Amino acid sequence: MSLAIRVIPCLDVDAGRVVKGVNFENLRDAGDPVELAHRYNSAGADELTFLDVTASSSARETTYDVVTQTAQEVFIPLTVGGGVRTEADVDRLLKSGADKASINTAAVGRPQVIDEIVNRFGNQVLVLSLDARRTEDSSVASGYEVTTHGGRKGTGMDAVAWCREASERGVGEILLNSIDADGTQDGFDTEMISDVRKVTSVPIIASGGAGKPEHFPPVIEAGADAVLAASMFHFGPVDMITRVKDAIRSVGYPVR
Amino acid sequence: MAAPEVVVLDYGSGNVHSAVRALERAGASVSLTRDTDAVLNAHGLVVPGVGAFAAVMDALKAIDAPRWIGRRIAGGRPVLGICVGHQILFERGVEHGIPAEGMGEWPGEVTALPEDAVVPHMGWNTVRPPEGSVLFEGIEDERFYFVHSYAVQNWSFDVTIPEMSQPKVTWSHHGADFIAAVENGPLSAAQFHPEKSGDAGMQLLRNWTTSL
Repeated sequence: MSLAIRVIPCLDVDAGRVVKGVNFENLRDAGDPVELAHRYNSAGADELTFLDVTASSSARETTYDVVTQTAQEVFIPLTVGGGVRTEADVDRLLKSGADKASINTAAVGRPQVIDEIVNRFGNQVLVLSLDARRTEDSSVASGYEVTTHGGRKGTGMDAVAWCREASERGVGEILLNSIDADGTQDGFDTEMISDVRKVTSVPIIASGGAGKPEHFPPVIEAGADAVLAASMFHFGPVDMITRVKDAIRSVGYPVR
Repeated sequence: MAAPEVVVLDYGSGNVHSAVRALERAGASVSLTRDTDAVLNAHGLVVPGVGAFAAVMDALKAIDAPRWIGRRIAGGRPVLGICVGHQILFERGVEHGIPAEGMGEWPGEVTALPEDAVVPHMGWNTVRPPEGSVLFEGIEDERFYFVHSYAVQNWSFDVTIPEMSQPKVTWSHHGADFIAAVENGPLSAAQFHPEKSGDAGMQLLRNWTTSL
């Protein structure tokens, strides 16, 4: 296996500013996504993900500007998610400079939108993003349910079956976020990654629960091709990406 | 010395702004256009490409680009294909079992990567450039960013013409060996995205623009 495991910092952007806070020292403006993108790029990030958490559509315009500015200055792949509903949204993001768009709630509501997007732009541009949580509900066969609204709303949909369906419809990647692990910094839900790995051959990005470098090797062992984290990079030491990569490399997986 | 003029061919292919910016950063004076004179006369022409082989080929034909590319190559003027812009330079592409004709500058078929691999092949991979590569000079051991599900996996260039030098072929591996780049006189191409490959990709573009 020679393809490197990708390490991806995720930036939450609200009306053109990074929210959730970032702890880098000597940063002129910790809320500037373009500047942060530079920092993470220099620190060895393999890709960047912007999650647009802007509530109003008018403020969303600024997100396109942020994407454009970032793409002009940072020469690594850029994925943008949050509020992507239609083919037209993807078109706009790609024209702004994004390389990939991630879709979440809109695809749950209307799975055909996946077909529409991949037929027009190719499967490499679309990332299925989903927030899954463990459930006791016996109607959800895999034991993982798809949620929306950041995990607050259940859908009754089986997360593993949804990943299989989305792969068949042609998504190029799956960003699998564990609601149970998210924010705990106790480690990834490796079991969930492993269960999804069995039903899809597209790359899987594991998300939710990363707290320290040692958390990463087990989730890669479970089948993740890439790993995404936010707080750990925002609040950790500046060389956290390197530390994560060292941990991954030390168990024999290649990194860039 | 004045900056070399590079045209990025504008035929409606996805996100090309990164390519424009990266080439500027690499020292070129870049325009994104489909103007015939500009395309024919620029020091270098970049043919980007995202999506399906057949769709890219159709879009190129719709603006008569294959003829321009052919004329540039015949005149010894550099052309650089990227991603599907690399693939369409081969004889044909077979996606979902349906063959589509390519430009046939090189023999070979673009076919699906092996089913047992994680596909799309997405991410940073190593390459094996040949001796004397211009594109990879100084960056032979770096990783480059790939996003694709199809590739040229078999290569036999058995046309022996004494005055014609053999193409320099760079290989990579994902499920199987495949062609990551080709350098062949004025015509070069890369399956990966140099404009998304960080510092290594920038150096590759600089190597190319410097050679113009």
